[in-house]
Amino acid sequence: MTEYFQSFGMSYEFAWFTATIAGILLIALPLMLAVAMIIYVDRKVLGAIMMRRGPNVVGPFGLLQSFADGLKVFLQETIIPSAANKGLFLLAPIITFTVALAAWAVIPFNSGAVLADINVGLLYVLAVSSLGVYGVVISGWASNSKYPFFSAMRAAAQMISYEVSIGFILVCVVLWANSFNLNDIIVAQKGHGLGFVNAFAFNPLLFPLFVMFLISAMAETARAPFDLTEAESELVAGYQTEYSSMSFALFWLGEYANILLMCALCAILFFGGWLPPVEWEPLYAIPGWIWLFGKMFVFFFIFSWTWGTVPRYRYDQLMRLGWKVFLPLSLLFVFLISGYLMLTRYAPL
Amino acid sequence: MIQTLAFYLFALLVIASGVFTITARNPVHSVLWLIMAFFNAAGLMVLVGAEFIAMLLVIVYVGAVAVLFLFVVMMLNIDFAEMRAGFIKNFPLGIAIALVLLAELVLGIGAYKAGALELGVADGSAAPMIGESNITSLGTLLYSKYIFLFEAAGIILLVAMIGAIVLTLEKSAADVRGQQDIGKQNRRRPEDATEMQNPEVGKGVEL
Repeated sequence: MTEYFQSFGMSYEFAWFTATIAGILLIALPLMLAVAMIIYVDRKVLGAIMMRRGPNVVGPFGLLQSFADGLKVFLQETIIPSAANKGLFLLAPIITFTVALAAWAVIPFNSGAVLADINVGLLYVLAVSSLGVYGVVISGWASNSKYPFFSAMRAAAQMISYEVSIGFILVCVVLWANSFNLNDIIVAQKGHGLGFVNAFAFNPLLFPLFVMFLISAMAETARAPFDLTEAESELVAGYQTEYSSMSFALFWLGEYANILLMCALCAILFFGGWLPPVEWEPLYAIPGWIWLFGKMFVFFFIFSWTWGTVPRYRYDQLMRLGWKVFLPLSLLFVFLISGYLMLTRYAPL
Repeated sequence: MIQTLAFYLFALLVIASGVFTITARNPVHSVLWLIMAFFNAAGLMVLVGAEFIAMLLVIVYVGAVAVLFLFVVMMLNIDFAEMRAGFIKNFPLGIAIALVLLAELVLGIGAYKAGALELGVADGSAAPMIGESNITSLGTLLYSKYIFLFEAAGIILLVAMIGAIVLTLEKSAADVRGQQDIGKQNRRRPEDATEMQNPEVGKGVEL
């Protein structure tokens, strides 16, 4: 895109700057729209599971419900508790929101359609998503109130635990794809299953990792059944208890942007990202970003479905699953997969 | 141009956050400034082209170590008056450590200025790999030339980890009683826990 702006006679630096800003807006604005619509989808799916209608008043089929909610929240008064640490209290939702958006810089929407095509793309995603915990921890501490603080402590322990196994799962995928670059990982999945299925998930060695990744993604984004950080029966609303108005909305948007990111990662790492599901020439006529969005939508449906049907975990069960089940299993798979690749792909003879 | 600007921005922020880390009155603020310093140091590493190290710095230090740090500092109830009372007493020690660090820094920069280190020229195994990605060149070096040092570091970390676990592992009878047995909970079926009773009216149930 830099070349395009340079063709208007801009200097290289200025063209680069404009191109980057344009790229960021091109990702962030549709993402915000997607978050608004996915909240609607979430509520509709949940409504269907609970045999009620879900939002159906604002706009046709209730499609504009999220925008009405956004407007309402925007008009509310921002309340800062007098005992709160004011600066950090206001900083926390901004951190959550910024970090949730920053990770999208390396997500490829089509062949080459990526804001930052860096070699360490997957590590960048891991690094940025590990920053997400700060928004929660800082908000819990700065609120100077008991329930948010409990929630912050839970969040800190939970997110660190599941990051470890997510790291090992990513290592397995990277070993197979031979690259940290998300685009290269997608290209490596071309015709991976039986020569025509574009997905890593149908590889018997990688399928268990996909299941573990999906569950860890729910724990990492604190989605039900792992939503202990905002367990309403114990902690009121967890770290968001003292928040109102736009600062609350920023948490909300950041949380859903993170969920969408995890859905995108599931699609990119195990289901071929922007590639069509199977190798068949006419399917390539449909643009890649539609395939990616379709796959993300399927995973998001799984997320909401789980929310509607599975009871919440107990905290000790959560920790046990992370440290005693997923960590040893994912380590075992690192051994298995590197061993298998040593024998087949990198055979010494 | 952009790189120079970015360098001065990151460098200024690292130094400023370092200063705020030691001057902040609230320990939680100190930790947050430290995290800011880590983060900007990672930015500096990206600028010199060491993107792999930068990402590791963010994942390991910012994402894990500093979170635990923050976790502990938030739960501690630190007495500020007591902390400041120790300042004068520990001042000479602090100065001594600062002098040692300064001397090391001067020595390091002096050695660097004296000429390139010419790593691995003797056997040629670590010749500079231009055009390779960070990860490839680092992996090649670590798993060929420095394999024994790398393994030794791994063993030291393993021993430290086991040591930490042994130090904190205290199994008393009370702990065992308080622990949940997940296997037992999963094996439990509705038939074991409930019983169907059909009592006659006015008779009640024998419990």
